[in-house]
Amino acid sequence: MSIEIKVPAMGESVTEATIARWLKKEGDSVNRDEPLVELETDKVSVEVPSPAAGVLEHISVQQGGTVGVGTVLGAVAEGAAAKAPSQQSKTQSAKPVKAEAPKAEPKPAPASAPVPPPPPSVRRIAEEAKLDVSAIAGSGKRGQLTKADALAALEAAKPPAAAAPAQPRAGRAEREERVAMSRLRKTIALRLKESQEIAAQLTTFNEVDMSKVMALRSTYKDGFEKKHGVKLGFMGFFVKACIAALKEIPAVNAEIDGDDIVYKNYYDIGVAVSTDRGLVVPVVRDAESLSLAEAEKAIADFATRARDNKLKLEELLGGTFTITNGGVFGSLMSTPILNLPQSGILGMHKIQNRPVAIGDKIEIRPMMYLALSYDHRLVDGREAVTFLVRVKENLEDPQRLLLDL
Amino acid sequence: MAENFDVVVIGGGPGGYNCAIRCGQLGLTVACIDKRGPFGGTCLNIGCIPSKALLHASDLLEVARYDFPRFGITATPSFDLKAMMAQKDKVVGELTKGVEFLFKKNKVTPIVGEGKIAGPGRVSVKTKDGAREIACKHIVIATGSDVAPLAGVSIDEKTIVSSTGALSLPAVPKRMLVVGAGVIGLELGSVWRRLGSEVQIVEFLDRIVPGVDAEVAKQFQRLLERQGMKFKLASKVVGLEKKADGYTIAVEPAQGGARETLEADVIMVCVGRRPFTENLGLDEAGVKRDARGRVMTDAHLQTNVPGIWAIGDVREGAMLAHKAEDEAVACAENIAGRAGHVNYDAIPSVIYTYPEVATVGKTEEELKAAGIAYKVGKFPFTANPRAKTILSTEGFVKVIADAATDRVLGVHMIGPDVGNMIGEASLAIEFSASAEDIARTSHAHPTLTEAIRQAAMAVDGWAMQM
Repeated sequence: MSIEIKVPAMGESVTEATIARWLKKEGDSVNRDEPLVELETDKVSVEVPSPAAGVLEHISVQQGGTVGVGTVLGAVAEGAAAKAPSQQSKTQSAKPVKAEAPKAEPKPAPASAPVPPPPPSVRRIAEEAKLDVSAIAGSGKRGQLTKADALAALEAAKPPAAAAPAQPRAGRAEREERVAMSRLRKTIALRLKESQEIAAQLTTFNEVDMSKVMALRSTYKDGFEKKHGVKLGFMGFFVKACIAALKEIPAVNAEIDGDDIVYKNYYDIGVAVSTDRGLVVPVVRDAESLSLAEAEKAIADFATRARDNKLKLEELLGGTFTITNGGVFGSLMSTPILNLPQSGILGMHKIQNRPVAIGDKIEIRPMMYLALSYDHRLVDGREAVTFLVRVKENLEDPQRLLLDL
Repeated sequence: MAENFDVVVIGGGPGGYNCAIRCGQLGLTVACIDKRGPFGGTCLNIGCIPSKALLHASDLLEVARYDFPRFGITATPSFDLKAMMAQKDKVVGELTKGVEFLFKKNKVTPIVGEGKIAGPGRVSVKTKDGAREIACKHIVIATGSDVAPLAGVSIDEKTIVSSTGALSLPAVPKRMLVVGAGVIGLELGSVWRRLGSEVQIVEFLDRIVPGVDAEVAKQFQRLLERQGMKFKLASKVVGLEKKADGYTIAVEPAQGGARETLEADVIMVCVGRRPFTENLGLDEAGVKRDARGRVMTDAHLQTNVPGIWAIGDVREGAMLAHKAEDEAVACAENIAGRAGHVNYDAIPSVIYTYPEVATVGKTEEELKAAGIAYKVGKFPFTANPRAKTILSTEGFVKVIADAATDRVLGVHMIGPDVGNMIGEASLAIEFSASAEDIARTSHAHPTLTEAIRQAAMAVDGWAMQM
């Protein structure tokens, strides 16, 4: 029997997704819960797992198609080894189950359900073109080949048209590549532009001497890793330094809502993570209540899962303040764009040994430029500068964090 | 204590009774409520079945009158309307009894009465023996549709009739005016024309049978006109007056213009049907309906209220018995936790006149509007040997296939017995067949179905018999 594959609920505010790609072809055998298709939403990619063990019977929405929650994406034919459905229903007869996909029988995954033999048009094409159609995945019922499948395979098997003699001066258009924007890219584009249009953004800079933090780190890194199972990085320090500064300058942790300013007495810190699909910003919730080790752990976990595209949607929503680190790519200075409706975003940069004046002497110190972009509509210049100075002080003298100064 | 069922189906038409039967097959305890008494709904009692009985009887009369002499048979046919109606009623009676038998066989509890949703999982039924309260896990709304009224015209089912009254007129009217050139108007109009009425049809649109492939509709109109039916298209009824000897009907062009008057003894109103949702407790239960009053469901036929489902004419889609039946099966399977599904692209539609019209899939107009490139193969029944032998060579078969993949997108037929032939086309569409697949499938000779094969060949320009 066949079970529909449906678009799962993807969290509030997400109603639409684009089919990024099918991970399985029609006719492929699949295990229960094995990912079948990847959906791209405004926020994150979501994999839809197979509702049952069996064979991917058909695909209803192809790559690039737009779907809503509940849309039927295709169907999985429950494995031939599964119990005959009529018996199944007899045994379940007493109470009707809700319209959910019945549990698959935990049987050894069948190689594939029997595919019906190809129709006459396909047999003719196969014969005439000496095409091995056994390797083609059929798009018809129960994976049967259709003439369309055979024609497509024929087209694909054609040797590429004799390479056109290199044209010395091809037009511009031929030397351009035009690709559709992914949904994530479109969303990023829209949000960033929106942010620039709505907020009165500007950036204040400072620099921080990282010697103390680095010394602390090299002293305790082994013990820290042994105890907490995670490397002692810089992010934890920055999160803690920012929270201390946010507590002192609440406007930076606030947002504008209509004619009101909403001050938030919790600190959900977004940490921008770059992936090959674009930037995502998972949020460390209630970061003020986390120990430095817990914050490090959360961030490391986000980074891994972001790269594997395994972040959950709810992990990307909200956030009261954001930290972004362009330093990992070597940036010395930049002006981050606010992640609306937040009012502040801290830009971290590359740590570079530079000569600095310490008292009357010139010393080489590991320095980092810090940037704070803020929404001048609700954060005053004095507040922004004080905030950044406080972050700098907390990092240059991490003991302040301990003493809550 | 209240009675208790897994599923209660409200409505015993082709949607309701088939849903109940399928539920029974799947091992669910099920009751089917219908207020009419004999089960089978509009279809069996006052729709498909009685109209087909009269269509067949009246067609035989035409055959005896006009075809017998061509075959060398001499006879002087006459008819007895009472006996014809009695035969019709007998068929209806047998088939409604058939439904009761199927209920028994599949352990469906029939309840005669007016069902109403009393709350989530609760249905109250007004029967002639008093009220019954039923508890259930699922409720299926399958209440179908009834005749849509025409403003300013009140149906008395005697001289101003709907399809219901037109199925049991006591005498053949001399002049009949049909309002609406849809399927029902043309079928019942044909019945009474064959029995001797002068039939005139007024239609608001500028074409008959909207939704049917335009080329087929045009040919259809031409053939009906040749049989003596008169059409007044792009016109509307604006007034009605009862005279001693019938009615005078004022008609105006749809876009306005000079008024003219028509006369008739019986007026048949066939301007469509509307979903039947009255007194079902839908609003109290919070079941959402669309702007046209149809119960809204998701793709699984469940309404916005969990545990309340809807199938057939009462929800969107073609008002066809077999569409309701398809949804009935899918709905029952969904309730039982299976994957019920209806392929709306492969639901055929048939007009049981002579010649018959049968279509499935997309029309040329729809494909043009959607910007899909297609090829057309056509084959006339004049070139079909079997059609020649039965002296029924009117009409043609048209196969429409995707220009690139040759996949069959639509099949449109007008001709003898095409209603029985459309199944092949539905199967082709259901299985994503190409026109070539039909062309390379053996068709018995000599049969009318060869015309489908030849039309499929014609898609690629190799029809062999013309």
